[in-house]
Amino acid sequence: MGIRVIEEKCKGCKLCVALCPFGAITVTEKLARIDISRCNLCGACVEACEKFTAIELIRENVQTVDKSKYRGVWVFAEQKGKRIADVTLELLGKGRKLADKLGEPLCAMLLGDQLGKLARQLICFGADKVYLAQSPQLAVFIEDSFAEVITGLIKEHKPNIVLLGSTAIGRSLAPRVASRLETGLTADCTGLEIDPETKDLLQTRPAFGGNLMATIICPDHRPQMASVRPKVFKMAQRDELRMGRIIKYDYKQHTLIQRAQLLAVVKDSAKTAGIAEAEIVVAGGLGLGDAGNFEIIEDLAQALRGGVGASRGAVDAGWAPYAHQVGQTGKTVRPKLYIACGISGAIQHLVGMQSSEVIVAINKDPKAPIFNVADYCIVGDVLEVVQALTEEIKKVRAEDKGPVISDSKQESVLVLSS
Amino acid sequence: MNIIVCVKQVPDTLEVNINKETNTLIREGVDSVINPFDLYAVEEGLRLKEQYGGMVTVLSMGPPQVVDTLRQALSLGADNAVLLSDIGFAGADTLATSYTLARAVEKIGHFDLVICGRQAVDGDTAHVGPSLAERLDIPHISCVIRIHEVTEEYMVTVRMTEEGTEKVKLSLPGLITVSKGINEPRFPTLKGKIKAEKTEIELWSAQDINADENKIGLKGSPTRVVKMTTPHHERQGQFLEGSTQQQVTDLVSKLSQAEIL
Repeated sequence: MGIRVIEEKCKGCKLCVALCPFGAITVTEKLARIDISRCNLCGACVEACEKFTAIELIRENVQTVDKSKYRGVWVFAEQKGKRIADVTLELLGKGRKLADKLGEPLCAMLLGDQLGKLARQLICFGADKVYLAQSPQLAVFIEDSFAEVITGLIKEHKPNIVLLGSTAIGRSLAPRVASRLETGLTADCTGLEIDPETKDLLQTRPAFGGNLMATIICPDHRPQMASVRPKVFKMAQRDELRMGRIIKYDYKQHTLIQRAQLLAVVKDSAKTAGIAEAEIVVAGGLGLGDAGNFEIIEDLAQALRGGVGASRGAVDAGWAPYAHQVGQTGKTVRPKLYIACGISGAIQHLVGMQSSEVIVAINKDPKAPIFNVADYCIVGDVLEVVQALTEEIKKVRAEDKGPVISDSKQESVLVLSS
Repeated sequence: MNIIVCVKQVPDTLEVNINKETNTLIREGVDSVINPFDLYAVEEGLRLKEQYGGMVTVLSMGPPQVVDTLRQALSLGADNAVLLSDIGFAGADTLATSYTLARAVEKIGHFDLVICGRQAVDGDTAHVGPSLAERLDIPHISCVIRIHEVTEEYMVTVRMTEEGTEKVKLSLPGLITVSKGINEPRFPTLKGKIKAEKTEIELWSAQDINADENKIGLKGSPTRVVKMTTPHHERQGQFLEGSTQQQVTDLVSKLSQAEIL
């Protein structure tokens, strides 16, 4: 196990130096040298040296599982208050495509209590089978009991791929399940494909604060597990006539221990909730000047029916709660429209919003880095521009006499509660 | 209350730059720092110790230079520090990392609470905390932003969710991952720095923790990076012109045409 430079092949081109995420390679006398104490054996340099194949990553053979025994693409169906999370519908959409490519079934795992017709809905959204576990003990999400049931299901039915949403629940649950199964897990994927040759799942995710995209595989272990960011994939289409099977899972064979207990749930006010899922995010930064001015951000967000975001500077100044912070130490958002107001655009902020579909930046400094990632740039007084924009939006909305945004989220709420 | 705080040394991402010609990361001269979320973990450990007594041990895995990060935690007030350093640990993904840390926690012995940062800013997976809890067969709560009540048997925590917060009771021994907002980390004192210099940092190898060689490092890691690419986020930004009103009208009509509004 290790890494080495094949001296006779190395040309000293330094391509590997630039690509090493750990700064572990230096080139002296036209020969690359790897500082093994810094090297993380990530293999980025092997990829970089495609042309000369002068770097070799030596792996010992690991015991492999019999992959032919693992079949099916499985989705953990997340539900809260008997409403299926949007990300689950997105996973069913993507999962259907992966399953069809592999010629394997798409299944969902649904856990909860008295879930009524939710299992049927998962079939309408593309699942061939739904494994349903119901118990008062599963009424609210607790890591212990959910991990126990899910691990039991996976061990019994041996799926090939297991997908979860990168939500508070998914991110807390997935690592426990993967550890129990001793299999690989890739966090926060933004791309999932099947390798045409090996049939392995190619899992793409942002790395190093979004400065690089890494494609990750899990070649020798099954199931291949991935958590997926919300809002990346399109939701599955609902088909009332789809047929499928609902299989009740006998959870009683497990002792459901619960070493944690949910005592209370406090929801944010509707006006400012959920920036990670909002279709439009209006974010404010220190350029607003003071806390009082932050209200114009809320006004614009309300006019657009969007969420309120804030830069780290604005949060640290106490103008907005931490739950609204966008960026490296806050949330990553990917809305259809991101409006950055008085945000200069430090790299830590950019990594949290630069994959938004359309970015509008409003700033007084024409050289602010935020303009490098923006589609539409307005240089001017941020207060004046934001207020004018709010008025303009209100005017347009009034003219249209109705909802302007096609709010797919609202629609799915209505469908699901019918 | 005996507390183990896990910390990670990460590149100081403040200085991450992209070479625009080659589209690669420029890493030369980038300093290493303690993962920002782990600073909150250390601080919370110290506060619990100050209130309830006990010891705070900081634990990390990485190359020998990680002693700098551990010394920083010691200078803030941690009592002991352990560094897991072995060439066999290199190339570990989150599964192998959590196994290695779990072996070390077991060797450290009696503990009531393990605290980790919510995630490391280089990998951003948020896996190691929950995985470590699973390996140790203890419960965990992720993304904790407040601790309300602590007894010998349990603690009451507040965690962040998409919709707001949840108050959750956790049996001890247990593990929490903490987020920004839980506290304001302190700065080291001169006295602390002197004490940190004098404290011996334990260096443990794979053998020291009786690690199964098939479960550590590259060999114990099911996942493999096969490709790294640079995303193209730079956009052809269009500067709008005219008076404020003209710019705003122009923007709204462009967004409407693009069916964004």
